[in-house]
Amino acid sequence: MADTDRLEPVDAGQVEVPSPVDPPYAIQLGGICKSFGPVKANNNIDLAVKQGVIHGIVGENGAGKSTLMSILYGFYEADRGTIRVNGEGVRITSSKAAIAAGIGMVHQHFMLVDPFNVLENIILGAESGQLLQGGLDHARAKLEHLKQEYGLHVDLDATTSELPVGEQQRVEILKALYRDARILILDEPTGVLTPQETKQLFAILNALRREGVTIILITHKLREIMAITDSVSVMRGGEMVAHRDTANTSREELAELMVGRKVVDTTGRGSVTRGPVRLRVEGLSDGVKQSLLDLDDLNFDVHAGEIVGIAGVSGNGQSQLLEILSGIRPFDTGRIVLNGREISPQAPIDPNEVRALKVAHVPEDRHRRGLVTSFSAEESAILGYHDRDRYSRGALLDHEHINSECHRLMEAFDVRPRDPKIRSANMSGGNQQKLILAREIDKDPEILLVGQPTRGVDIGAIEFIHGQLLALRQRGCAVVMVSVELDEIMTLSDRILVMFGGRIVAEVDGKDADEKMLGLMMANAHGEAVHGEGIMA
Amino acid sequence: MSDGSTALPRWIDIGLIPILNVMMALVVSGLIIVAIGESPLEAVQIMLNGAFGYEEGIGYTLYYATNFVFTGLAVAVAFHAGLFNIGGEGQAYIGGLGAGLTILALDSLLPPVLVVPLGILAAGLFGAAWASIPAYLQAYRGSHIVITTIMFNFIASALMVYLLVNVLIKPGQMSPESREFEAGAQLPFMHEILGWFGIEVAHSPLNASIIWALLCCVGLWFFIWRTRWGYEIRAVGFNEKAAVYAGIRPAKMVMLAMFVSGALAGFVGVNEVMGVHHRLLLNFTAGYGFTGIAVSLMGRNHPFGIVMASLLFGLLYQGGAELAFEVPTITRELVVVIQGLVILFSGALAYMSTPWVTWVYVRLTRKSSVVLTGAT
Repeated sequence: MADTDRLEPVDAGQVEVPSPVDPPYAIQLGGICKSFGPVKANNNIDLAVKQGVIHGIVGENGAGKSTLMSILYGFYEADRGTIRVNGEGVRITSSKAAIAAGIGMVHQHFMLVDPFNVLENIILGAESGQLLQGGLDHARAKLEHLKQEYGLHVDLDATTSELPVGEQQRVEILKALYRDARILILDEPTGVLTPQETKQLFAILNALRREGVTIILITHKLREIMAITDSVSVMRGGEMVAHRDTANTSREELAELMVGRKVVDTTGRGSVTRGPVRLRVEGLSDGVKQSLLDLDDLNFDVHAGEIVGIAGVSGNGQSQLLEILSGIRPFDTGRIVLNGREISPQAPIDPNEVRALKVAHVPEDRHRRGLVTSFSAEESAILGYHDRDRYSRGALLDHEHINSECHRLMEAFDVRPRDPKIRSANMSGGNQQKLILAREIDKDPEILLVGQPTRGVDIGAIEFIHGQLLALRQRGCAVVMVSVELDEIMTLSDRILVMFGGRIVAEVDGKDADEKMLGLMMANAHGEAVHGEGIMA
Repeated sequence: MSDGSTALPRWIDIGLIPILNVMMALVVSGLIIVAIGESPLEAVQIMLNGAFGYEEGIGYTLYYATNFVFTGLAVAVAFHAGLFNIGGEGQAYIGGLGAGLTILALDSLLPPVLVVPLGILAAGLFGAAWASIPAYLQAYRGSHIVITTIMFNFIASALMVYLLVNVLIKPGQMSPESREFEAGAQLPFMHEILGWFGIEVAHSPLNASIIWALLCCVGLWFFIWRTRWGYEIRAVGFNEKAAVYAGIRPAKMVMLAMFVSGALAGFVGVNEVMGVHHRLLLNFTAGYGFTGIAVSLMGRNHPFGIVMASLLFGLLYQGGAELAFEVPTITRELVVVIQGLVILFSGALAYMSTPWVTWVYVRLTRKSSVVLTGAT
């Protein structure tokens, strides 16, 4: 491992003699520790990354990957440990210091100012001089050069918000390169991309590697690790558990290292006979007034005992569809029949009535919709059902009953820790999700609307959640599942609807679906011209 | 996943940090007092003695605290719904008007046992109604409640001047005040109440309103944390999108929270109009509505904290008055500066010391080296 002495943080001024090892290391971390209160987010982490390689870091949520990268990028300072960049000991106390050391970061959620054009976004914070124009001209020249060198094609004058996600990501990469980054950290870069966009991203990463840029890739997608990295490190529970050369490992081994036990594939779906139609959508359109249709003439049925997966790159109308079906958002034209109740713009419905129809909804965004992070778990566990007689006596909430119910849900869905009083925000993403699923599934719904059931959830919990959804289908529930994870869509769905630009562009039987085909449909490669250059590169 | 914020134990969050903030304010105040050539220790001694050293002083301190409890609770309940009610001053003013009008109309007709509750009810309803207008504008018209409540303070003030100068003034006098209420419609002073039990205490403006204030504290705690409405208000305040998902209508909750908030602020009128002055007059709110914001912030929007913060501000008001009286070089204005510093440090800068305290706490607890597995 890294030949670092684990004594004191090294001062920036204190220059170490770079050891002429071959090949030299871009990053050497030694004995990094970081605690938040009593929680050791990083415990004695060692990591060495050679120059000019793509190094993957995998681990479940909460394994400490993001903390480690935040330390490297100066968001946090380590409690202990050493950092060397290109052999030199450095102290990274701010992102400014990280940039000065040649480290750039592309965040999972882009840090872009939407109304600015690409050029303005790139120089943001590095404007140089009091007047903008000089800096802009200088930047444009430098960026043209960078674009050529790495094949990063972006229109510098385009308005950022109008770019597809894949191009926004390129803006982020350019931003880092513009600041002379030679070490690039990418945090879950493919989460928002189509398979095709992912391919393009990997082409760019390969070009960067050829030019000697070192890349650290944080992901939970093992397939991507196998596809592009040279070496990989696995984190678990705040510790570094293994380093491997990618050539000498396998997805199975990495998964086992991540979870700490064997992972069994439980996709025995069994067959269920389809029941009657539970949900019918006819000619549903929304956004007519804005002249830009969010949803454009949707028509589909969902039967009892089937899972209909709605695939698509996020932002193509799936979220609006879920919100309309769950009564949160009104719509402009069309008709919905939800468990017998007819809904139209003239006869709208509200979320309470939707729940009364035995329709449960697991929203896409658990932090912003699914629960109230500052509520206790037990308070979050009755959200939406707090009016029910079982939770209240008159105007008063029956806290004793709420507490015991929450405990029961936590047992049934293995939510940890089993503490109904814990603040919802202090639970991990996977446990928050399980609590929400428990709340909704426990009401024995006849229709379940579920968005991104396993986003940001550990592998172990994914198995469990998938099992629950399949069990629900077995019991004759009609499930509408929106997901951006193709694997998930293909594993669970009886039928798959692909959405693009607010329309359903394809319907595929679950058995016949393969990833390449779905990917092409999601990018609407068959249909009209896609906005943005180079998407088919 | 750790989000970087270390959860501090409650006793630090609601106990130590507010005390530290007050200490910082006092240190800065002390420097100012040194600068004008007086002894800060002596000043503190005079203030404490003035506020708690003798019966009359205690009475005044508690009387001021009563007002702060009402306005502090008013700010807190709005805050739980995610609203910043800066209109406590105007709502208190109009609350007093409600109490005054009711009593002026009824005190010679009905027995005291009816007039007093009706006066209290009217104070709450008038305050609530006054708060409901900005609430409506926020909930259904999207006008920002901070702006509208501030404006409604001025409207309330202008309205009161008009009414007292032109309508309610007792004929044949210069000062814009109504006639005095009948004796039965006046809330008894605490020295009177204690007198009934044979306990003799010095006279002060402290009256039966303080009992009502404490009942309001318990009531509000119950309302916020034990009822469905409180649950819904908090859901809207913390996360409006989740509330909508849960079938809660945010506009309704905005109306409800502001109604309760306005009623609580209106109860200042009970203390002032029914308890102390026994007539309608101008400017009896004296800034209590604004100080309520600092009280609520310092008390972390919790009734218990608000009671504590109210006592502190009662001390500052009463002890400050004493200080200006005792030490000629410390003027009334300087006392306002000291009060302002406390408001600044415990209100506006309430979270300034949190990072340092967290830092120290983390350093200290690490010594004991609690090893927890990353149960994230």
